[in-house]
Amino acid sequence: MPLLEVKDLKVRVEDREILHGLTLTVNPGEVHAIMGPNGSGKSTLSHVIAGKPGYEVTDGEILFRGEDLLEMEPDERAAKGVFLAFQYPVEIPGVATMNFLRTALNAQRKARGESEFSTPDFLKKVREVAKSLNIPQDMLKRGVNVGFSGGEKKRNEILQMALFEPAVCILDEMDSGLDIDALRIAADGVNALRSPDRAMVVITHYQRLLNYIVPDFVHVMSKGRVVKSGGKDLALELEASGYTQFEDAA
Amino acid sequence: MNVVLAKNETGRALSESFAVVRDRLPGGGKIAEARNTAFEVYDRVGLPHRRLEDWKYTDLRALMREVLPLAAEPDAAALKQAAAAVKLQAIKGARRLVLVDGVFAPKLSELEGLEKGVTVRTLRAVLETGDAALQTQLFTPDNANPMVALNSAMMTDGVVIEIANGVVLKQPLQIIHVAGGATPAAIFTRSLLRLGEDAGATLVESYIAADGVKAYQTHDSLIVAIGDNSRLDHVRLIEDGRDAFNISSAAVTLGAHAHFNTFGMTSGAAVSRYQATIAFAGEGSRVETNGVNLLNGRQHADTTLFMDHAVPHCASREVFRAVVDDRGHSVFQGRIVVRPDAQKTDAKMMTRALLLSDDAEADNKPELEIFADDVTCGHGATTGALDESLLFYLRARGLSEKEAQALLIQAFVGEAIESIVNDDLRELAIAAAQRWLEARG
Repeated sequence: MPLLEVKDLKVRVEDREILHGLTLTVNPGEVHAIMGPNGSGKSTLSHVIAGKPGYEVTDGEILFRGEDLLEMEPDERAAKGVFLAFQYPVEIPGVATMNFLRTALNAQRKARGESEFSTPDFLKKVREVAKSLNIPQDMLKRGVNVGFSGGEKKRNEILQMALFEPAVCILDEMDSGLDIDALRIAADGVNALRSPDRAMVVITHYQRLLNYIVPDFVHVMSKGRVVKSGGKDLALELEASGYTQFEDAA
Repeated sequence: MNVVLAKNETGRALSESFAVVRDRLPGGGKIAEARNTAFEVYDRVGLPHRRLEDWKYTDLRALMREVLPLAAEPDAAALKQAAAAVKLQAIKGARRLVLVDGVFAPKLSELEGLEKGVTVRTLRAVLETGDAALQTQLFTPDNANPMVALNSAMMTDGVVIEIANGVVLKQPLQIIHVAGGATPAAIFTRSLLRLGEDAGATLVESYIAADGVKAYQTHDSLIVAIGDNSRLDHVRLIEDGRDAFNISSAAVTLGAHAHFNTFGMTSGAAVSRYQATIAFAGEGSRVETNGVNLLNGRQHADTTLFMDHAVPHCASREVFRAVVDDRGHSVFQGRIVVRPDAQKTDAKMMTRALLLSDDAEADNKPELEIFADDVTCGHGATTGALDESLLFYLRARGLSEKEAQALLIQAFVGEAIESIVNDDLRELAIAAAQRWLEARG
């Protein structure tokens, strides 16, 4: 059974239709890249999958392991194993990162009927992952993302991904605002999480990220639809010829 | 007997109540005279109402529809109930002074190992046999305020604490007000803390109800004198029962180079009003006041502060946070007066309100009256809802709506709670906030 199936999805924001019938099937172990120009609806897709308010689904469906995802609250989706790495992770002053991570992890475990993590196990796990992502300990004591650089915020997203062990990871413009070193660290973190049970959907404007996270499939979005799908070579083709050729196709 | 009142009959009902009990109140002669005078002051206005500017948002005549009889001395059942409630508030090592239904309860109190240079007496003892100077000081608060005047007239008990020069207490002093009686009653208490020079203390006041105790009215007042070069840390937590009234006041004076750090949080009571007057009487002193209101249902909580900068070179900081849900109503009135001589005053006030529902209300009234020309004064106020983008981020990480709100509310009030220096007391405040959050489900 596919992990994630988006079928003929139509989405409106206020009076404007952003997605005009989008279809995407993601199986366990696969890495899909979704590329497209600004305004093609890439981020809308990621928001609708995660359950962000403000979007109206007018047609189509999203299934997660065959279950209707659109019927679920955002926190239920997270507990089921859907993870969105935000393009712009928010700063939450006054909520210590460690406290946030523990609260979130235990909320997900509780929703799945699992026991809460013991404090020593939790700390050990966070420290291990933080070390592999080059996240200093003092960062974990600060407010969530408060005073973090762009690279640190993205690494904090990957830290959460590693901690929560989701089944589907949606990475929304993970490369935006990162220099090449920060990008490499982040990509290494993501690659370490690739597994036969887990799927990833990498949303990006630029091909550059895909040199580091090599996808199995590449989809080109334009004007709210997938206009072309192919293997990883499609990304290189796009890099050479640009998105203009697809604007008309849409 | 409970007397249900029409608004305009309120004063009369209380007059009758005073006439009934005056002869049983502690202290004869001059004390009785002072009570009568205070009652006359009260009686001229009666319960304050919205046409009095100071009571614009807290119209007691509309809110307090019933005058309850004066509480009886707690019986064995009330003391037993109160003892159970006190356990929840216990702080390790603290010297504990428990007032049950307005009467000092020695068996529930714990004063073992009290430092030399500290004396603790009951208000009743001081009124009946105390020295004249202390008795005079007990009647010093601003009787122009009708509810303070009423408290002066009716006060039955409380604690009088004196700390000698040079004595710095290592453990907090804790006054716990417990309502324990089975029948609805009015409780009138007054306490006094006199801190000598070069002294230091931490005072915690908690207002709670024993299990199952519902409607009651607590009227309390606190008089504090902080000597030169002394420091007082003060925490007050109102966790009264959800049908209760809490009308309390504080009158604080600071000598020179003194420091007063105070934190107050209201998460209980149906209607509460805390009015504090903080007066600088010596140069080079500093006050930090932090406050939090956590309200839901139809709770009404009013914090009215008057910061009186009468002398130069003093600093005051006021930080206030209100979280209001359902049809709750939070009021913050902050008046800062800088008198003509008070040059180099540095006074700032910042209030923020978080409204969790469309019917929630938060009123902020800053008043700055500045008569000196070389000062730094400022105030700011914001009101808003929880940030949707933060809520979504937390929910996308697995937190339910209530859990996400709770985390953001904790962060919102955290800044004020962090101002509590003592670790145990900060934990006590965090636990009280947690109880409020858990009760809202």
